[in-house]
Amino acid sequence: MYQFEINRILKLDVGGLDLSFTNSSLFMVLGVSLICGFLYFAMSGRSLVPGRLQSLAELSYEFIANMVRDNVGTEGMKYFPFVFTLFVFILTLNLLGMMPYSFTVTSHIIVTFALAALVFVVVTAIGFARHGVGFLRLFVPEGVPMVVLPLIVVIELLSYLIRPVSLSVRLFANMLAGHTMMKVFAGFVIALGIAGVAPFIVMVGLTAFEILVAVLQAFIFTVLTCIYLNDAVNLHEH
Amino acid sequence: MDASAAKMIGAGIACLGLIGAGIGIGNIFGNYLNGALRNPSAADAQFARVLVGAAFAEALGLFALVIAILILYS
Repeated sequence: MYQFEINRILKLDVGGLDLSFTNSSLFMVLGVSLICGFLYFAMSGRSLVPGRLQSLAELSYEFIANMVRDNVGTEGMKYFPFVFTLFVFILTLNLLGMMPYSFTVTSHIIVTFALAALVFVVVTAIGFARHGVGFLRLFVPEGVPMVVLPLIVVIELLSYLIRPVSLSVRLFANMLAGHTMMKVFAGFVIALGIAGVAPFIVMVGLTAFEILVAVLQAFIFTVLTCIYLNDAVNLHEH
Repeated sequence: MDASAAKMIGAGIACLGLIGAGIGIGNIFGNYLNGALRNPSAADAQFARVLVGAAFAEALGLFALVIAILILYS
């Protein structure tokens, strides 16, 4: 479990609060630098017919833009920077964790909870800013008989409030379980000596699977953010 | 029975929740394949939704795993 330990690199104590620069912060800074550097250098050519590198940047833009337009509608494009940042940040952090000897930032619940809480607060604020108190109509679906209405409203409210929890725990548990499993199988490879070829083959497959999960979980987090945005922006209209 | 033994047993029982995750994901992909074999041209458009559904089902299984880890390590 040492791979999940947080080590302070630069100790900094501000009035009782521990604001040290940790290995978690280091990988977050590294992720942001990689994203900004890649996007800046890829688009610096600015050619009308993109080369390979510029195509990559444009493809990632198109991918998220289509996701936002499909799920939220053309009005949702004003929230595109937020959704794009979320996607590339989580994707980069997840993939950086797959490098040997690195640290997976998203394998800590506090990090994923901060991201999910941010999404929840932003979506709720957008809902209230757009519709005022009428945003609460989200919890009253149409065509519900008056008899079961109180129960339905309570259930809808609870399932709305559980969103940040499920969003954060999904990402956190996927990353934690994946890396723990990799460590366990890697232990088998060493422990079995010459017969360690069998768990080694499993490790190859597992690493491929974990890279898929890293990309998939970033995608899922972003798609769910778009779906929640759609709930807030276009209450129940389709 | 002392606390650490009970923790191990509790963590093992909590992992039974992953049965539901397995059934759920198998259900989703089975239904997708069923539909895709009947209507291959409409299959690719829905694949993103399949992944979203699978993530939901997987998440619930992972909640059980988180409870198991919580029992084991606190």
